[in-house]
Amino acid sequence: MAGMFGWALMSVAALGTLVWRHPLADVSGKAAAPIGAAFTFICLVTGSLWGRPTWGTYWVWDARLTSMLVLLLLYLGVLALYWTAEEPGRGARAAAILSLVGAVNLPIIKFSVDWWNTLHQPASVFRTGGSTIDPSLLTPLLIMALAFTLLFVTLHLAIMRNEILRRRVRSMRLMQAQEVHA
Amino acid sequence: MNLGPHADFIVAAYAVTLFVVAALIAWVLLDYSAQRRILGDLEERGVTRRSQRKG
Repeated sequence: MAGMFGWALMSVAALGTLVWRHPLADVSGKAAAPIGAAFTFICLVTGSLWGRPTWGTYWVWDARLTSMLVLLLLYLGVLALYWTAEEPGRGARAAAILSLVGAVNLPIIKFSVDWWNTLHQPASVFRTGGSTIDPSLLTPLLIMALAFTLLFVTLHLAIMRNEILRRRVRSMRLMQAQEVHA
Repeated sequence: MNLGPHADFIVAAYAVTLFVVAALIAWVLLDYSAQRRILGDLEERGVTRRSQRKG
């Protein structure tokens, strides 16, 4: 869930980059990408480990698992755009466009278990008619979901701070280079 | 603590999660100290941002 939260955050940040051109929007989007990728990776690996004893297989190409894998690949794509762009502004715009396009995947992940016949169980937490999970499992699940969301926000703020420092270093080096050439 | 017949899956899931989250936190802390060190070096050499310059 935190992986989807991260992409939603990046999509809002992408609007900030492309529409409002707020400098912190790009910082926010760039900071969310590695955390989202890490959390999506955790989701896929622990989901597979859970699937082996319950479904009898680590992996199956059903809609929920595949759309989550697509989310991880999209995260890696955004990270590649940020890390390989020679000019940071161009990389930020490309990453913002990919963030907005990739947002289409979020409802696909959420509703994949309802739209297609999957090995993954249908929606069992957030559904009309209430959760079908026993409270003894639902309560710790929601507490951990909240905990991981707060961990995401904490790491996001810390990485944003690092990114601001990195940009300060970059601008100081550019000024130093300009003075040398002047 | 008896984790039952699925102990291996439970321990593996916790181990992977712990490793990834710990690696993420370590990267954030190391990156922060690296950026502070570079900034300190630049300031020591007298390099300042335009906004910090007087006059």
